[in-house]
Amino acid sequence: MKGLNVSKAVTALMLAGLVLLPLYSSLSGNIFILTLFTRIVILALAAASLNLIMGYGGMMSFGHAAYLGIGGYAVGILAQEGVGSGFVQFPVALAASALFALVIGALSLRTRGVYFIMITLAFAQMAYYVASGLARYGGDDGLTVYKRSDFSGLINLSDRVQFYYLCLAGLLGVIFLIWRVVNSRFGLVVQGLRSNEQRLQAIGFPAKRYQLVCFVIAGTMCGLAGALLANNTDFVSPAVMYWTRSGDLMVMVILGGMGTLFGPVMGAVVYLLLEEFLSQITEYWALIMGPLLLLIVLFGRGGIMGLLGRLNRG
Amino acid sequence: MADPLLRVEKLVRRFGGITATDNVSLDVAAGELHAIIGPNGAGKTTLISQLTGHLAPHAGTVSLGGRDITYLPAYRRCALGLARSFQITSLLLDFTAADNVALAAQAHAGTSFRFFANARKEKGLRDAAHAALDRVGLSHRADVVVSRLSHGERRELELAVALASKPKLLLLDEPMAGLGVTESQRMVKLLQELRKEVSIVLVEHDMPAVFALADRISVLVYGRVIASGDPAAIRQNDEVKRAYLGDQHVVTHHG
Repeated sequence: MKGLNVSKAVTALMLAGLVLLPLYSSLSGNIFILTLFTRIVILALAAASLNLIMGYGGMMSFGHAAYLGIGGYAVGILAQEGVGSGFVQFPVALAASALFALVIGALSLRTRGVYFIMITLAFAQMAYYVASGLARYGGDDGLTVYKRSDFSGLINLSDRVQFYYLCLAGLLGVIFLIWRVVNSRFGLVVQGLRSNEQRLQAIGFPAKRYQLVCFVIAGTMCGLAGALLANNTDFVSPAVMYWTRSGDLMVMVILGGMGTLFGPVMGAVVYLLLEEFLSQITEYWALIMGPLLLLIVLFGRGGIMGLLGRLNRG
Repeated sequence: MADPLLRVEKLVRRFGGITATDNVSLDVAAGELHAIIGPNGAGKTTLISQLTGHLAPHAGTVSLGGRDITYLPAYRRCALGLARSFQITSLLLDFTAADNVALAAQAHAGTSFRFFANARKEKGLRDAAHAALDRVGLSHRADVVVSRLSHGERRELELAVALASKPKLLLLDEPMAGLGVTESQRMVKLLQELRKEVSIVLVEHDMPAVFALADRISVLVYGRVIASGDPAAIRQNDEVKRAYLGDQHVVTHHG
């Protein structure tokens, strides 16, 4: 490869920044930045999982935030009922998300295009209203998690730095898995289906089975993000499942670059930093954010990763 | 062999008031190249779609090697040895030529529910892909993304994809469509070679190609088979001349 690969260099820089962030935080005494980036890393994980179905699989799910809630409520409800062990909470969060993905995937994948978008949205809204109706667990007001998941001395989630690194490890682990999956036999079939479903059927692949499995993998990964998010905020409420949150995740993926490994991370970092920065300047931050996103989507096909890739080619 | 490789019996498919496939029966013997010709709107593509499983017939049966496949979905037929090429090229545009073919090989080499190992490094699949590409003369273009291939190359790639599934029967839906003169000649030569290895059902408008290649020809007009026989017999058949070759004359005279 000739010269400097811009997108790789920027990705490496970003990862180095994420790894070294706690160091900066403790040296500068800026605790806020660590809290902010813990949230960014968790949502980047959620965006990465959405990218697996949306970017690689071509399945435009508009209900991905549902898993944030399901993972979160699994932790919150178990904690409320006296099961504080993370070794129970996290597997339950993942299993519940997988099951939800299996059911709504099996139903949603009977449709295509706009209908798929609408039906995934509808299911997520259903989850939202079910959570709102859980009177025992706070209903509309949400549920406070008084004690973070307990990993019996292995790792202390109440320690900011340890928790941050747990989230970062989760994110990198998920990206590693996605990298393996998209280059595997299974991944090629799923990407083939995105490209031309009729062709894949004709060479002998039953489309739906592969798409459903992919849908479940992505949902399970996002359930992990949900469990982490509940620990991060010590709180879970129906609001994390609201459709605008699903929209946020989609924007992160598109902004960073669909179907690229690190694009969603890039998207999450840029989106959430912009939100944070702009909302400090003005109450009407969305008025600036909106056009900004529009410009990137209009002129930077392939999102930030696409832009960087073009810089590369000169 | 008693059973023909492909047997179509009294197939009927209607679209509203139009009977697009009207009691069609035909046999394809193993090793045979059976061409289906007919004027535009004769129902050739409708017939092919029922053979591949993209369209369900209203009556009649299709059997492959003695097994009834009338209502099997497309992907199951493919597993039984039926491969097709599309009239309008249907490939994975953002994949390389080699990846397109390797996926077809993968469909017939064990499960694809493997999530971890890099499929592009599976030697068996890559070898199969390169063999099929080589077969159609495209091996030098293996690593080119399909969207950068020429139309002629894509038609050849369609064929390589179909071959990679090691089919017993190839259904070729107008493989010459849109090809130039030299490209057509290359395609005819290629089919000349392939027919030695695999049975072929060929739907084609290019009459010189059809008469050069086919063992048998069935002529479809308004959904019916009006004649079936070897090329010489079809050439002599009055009804065919009137219904089909006659039309062609009219077209050439006016156009």
